[in-house]
Amino acid sequence: MTPELGHFALILSLWVALAQGVLPLVGAQRNQPQWIAIARPATTASFLLVAIAFACLTWSFYINDFSIAYVAAHSNTQLPTMYRISAVWGGHEGSLLLWVLMLAGWAQAVALFSRQLPDAMVARVLGVLGLVMFGLLAFVLLTSNPFERLLPAAEEGRSLNPLLQDPGLVYHPPMLYMGYVGMSVAFAFAIAALLAGQLDAAWARWSRPWTTVAWIFLTLGIALGSWWAYYELGWGGWWFWDPVENASFMPWLVATALIHSLAVTEKRGSFKNWTVLLAIAAFSLSLLGTFLVRSGVLTSVHAFATDPRRGIFILILLAIVVGSSLLLFALRAPKVSLGGRFSLLSRETLLLVNNVLLVVACGAVLLGTLYPLIIDALGLGKLSVGPPYFNAVFVPIMLPLLVLVAAGPIARWKQAELGDIVRRLWPAAVVALLAGIALPMLAGEWHGYVALALALAAWIIAAIVLQTIQRLKAGTGNPPPSWWGMQIAHFGLAAFVIGVAMVGSYEEERDVRMSPGETVTVGGHTFKFLGVEDVRGPNYTAARGSFELSKDGKMLRILHPEKRNYDSSAMPMTEAAIDAGLTRDVYVSLGEPLEGAAWAVRVYFKPFVDWIWGGCLLMSLGGLVAAADRRYRLKARTATKTVATGAMAA
Amino acid sequence: MKRLLALVPAALLSFGLLANEAAPLAEDPVVEQRLVHIAGELRCLVCQNESLAGSQADLAKDLRREVRGLIKEGKSDEEVKDFLVSRYGDFVLYRPQVKPETYLLWGGPFILLVAGIIALVSYLRRRNRLAPDTPLTEEEKKRAADLLKADS
Repeated sequence: MTPELGHFALILSLWVALAQGVLPLVGAQRNQPQWIAIARPATTASFLLVAIAFACLTWSFYINDFSIAYVAAHSNTQLPTMYRISAVWGGHEGSLLLWVLMLAGWAQAVALFSRQLPDAMVARVLGVLGLVMFGLLAFVLLTSNPFERLLPAAEEGRSLNPLLQDPGLVYHPPMLYMGYVGMSVAFAFAIAALLAGQLDAAWARWSRPWTTVAWIFLTLGIALGSWWAYYELGWGGWWFWDPVENASFMPWLVATALIHSLAVTEKRGSFKNWTVLLAIAAFSLSLLGTFLVRSGVLTSVHAFATDPRRGIFILILLAIVVGSSLLLFALRAPKVSLGGRFSLLSRETLLLVNNVLLVVACGAVLLGTLYPLIIDALGLGKLSVGPPYFNAVFVPIMLPLLVLVAAGPIARWKQAELGDIVRRLWPAAVVALLAGIALPMLAGEWHGYVALALALAAWIIAAIVLQTIQRLKAGTGNPPPSWWGMQIAHFGLAAFVIGVAMVGSYEEERDVRMSPGETVTVGGHTFKFLGVEDVRGPNYTAARGSFELSKDGKMLRILHPEKRNYDSSAMPMTEAAIDAGLTRDVYVSLGEPLEGAAWAVRVYFKPFVDWIWGGCLLMSLGGLVAAADRRYRLKARTATKTVATGAMAA
Repeated sequence: MKRLLALVPAALLSFGLLANEAAPLAEDPVVEQRLVHIAGELRCLVCQNESLAGSQADLAKDLRREVRGLIKEGKSDEEVKDFLVSRYGDFVLYRPQVKPETYLLWGGPFILLVAGIIALVSYLRRRNRLAPDTPLTEEEKKRAADLLKADS
């Protein structure tokens, strides 16, 4: 009964979403208050219906209802409750349902927290979200119904891929999807503004906090995924340029460009068209990512689905979204005003350069990700595009960006003077030079690559310190939260660069054959192998190693890496043990048992690796501080009045 | 005497720590280093997007053994890669070779960057000709003031 209820709720939500998509849009265009008023209740209804469907599926997982094909394929009675619940999104159908739930949730949030916006605007935003939701719900119901019954019911489920049986599955996909799907809100605001012919500073101000919040989730989601891969996959990398990673990274690059461009649109009224294009692009790339992952066109760890119907459906959806929004854009863009004049050297220009670099970087990643598919489709053979390519093309595009991060916030709007920037930044240049020369020598060997990266990081950090001092000294009062948010996020970027450079240049790795009592030393840390014992987990047996970690003769702790054999899978899983620290991780993983009590063991010393994710965390924190700026929470009446005049001006 | 006795376990302990340094898994660390270097840029053919260096699949192990053999024979990195390409095709290379099929791949980002810069410069020029000197109309200024008032 429960699955039928869920299925029914999902079908209902499809039609409610259609109503939510069509009526308020028509109402807003014709200025009919009754139709406009449908937007909020319809949004709440569709959200509740999708939530009911999701809850039904979750319940079916919880009670092990193996008469549902999807449950039987992804869960079994031995699976711990936590993973049984998160197995809901461990496969294709359920992860799409999560996608839709997030979308409905974002729409509901807009409905709730937009009291200060004019009703017609909210109706348009919710309407666009409703249409997107209709498309995705149709996709779920027609090609990927999670409630499909299995007759006869299975005795026992097949269980979840052991790789996914990790706390990472609990938090990574929801976080990532929140970000992915959150781009739809930025998109909806842009389309709503185009429909209304109201591309102005007010629109930028309204859509800015939403875009920032979605960007925060995307940043966190990607960082968590990277961290998960680092500790779970057992070979110690943190980014593999896997097509699925790229699928989430491309929207992030464009979203980052978007939040910068929105700043210009809000503050100076410029780049409106460009900002709209970026919002469309960010959401389209989210959909493209969904297509790449869900259609199974990629050979990668995440691609579960191999049903071509699904791919074609998303491709059509993508074509409709991109085509119709670009058409709308082409119709409206020529009427949009240019905004204020600015000189060739100004903060506007620097932010445009930032945008060009980010978009080019995204283009390069897109090219590398799609190239094998295109070549294959053209019958020109099969080729692989992997990390060596991406590193070679991506890093050089990013370097000038790191240089500009320091200068952008110092440059004045409208007209900046080179002399002024130089006067304010030269100490940072000195610090950067010294850091580039000295730090690599302190850390170990001097390499040009690491020197450059550390110099750039020092340049950014020194510039932040200088700006903070200058700003506080200027006596213009405490800077607004958005200013602090920017500085925190830029500091996070510098921390990220330090992490990448340090671990890339100074990590150490040893593959050894260890018998109990033997030791191996890596990066000044000594592991003593104490032995391996068999332990029984909830649904696996594991060989659990014990290693005594010590430094300079001082015992730090015992580490327990595991080699697990899940009951439901023949593939042994490696669970690395990590001692994390501010300046280094040490990492040990068990390989294969060798003769006697000996084991193949791999140990790593990874200096500053946690700065990579710490940097992402700081970027998100910066976003949070900026989004919390209270100037985004205008009083209702003022905003309405503003919009009325805005409409006249447009 | 007591003090001396107290030192004994410490000495034993440190002896225990120093005595048994684990042996490297590889017979020849130099060969292994080159193997990791080469295999890191090769694709494991039966895995889902994993490098030959990292994979635990049987085929990957066989191929690593074979590559080790080639290294010991004194083959250069390029020769090893050429051999694998001749057997498995371009699919095995994570760093695609530069040839007509991949000109666009390797040149693409550069073209994009140049196009982006040209577009940027021409936009800035055109814009400076078109944009009005006063960015805001009176009405817009009033709106801005309203917005600002709402903030405080």
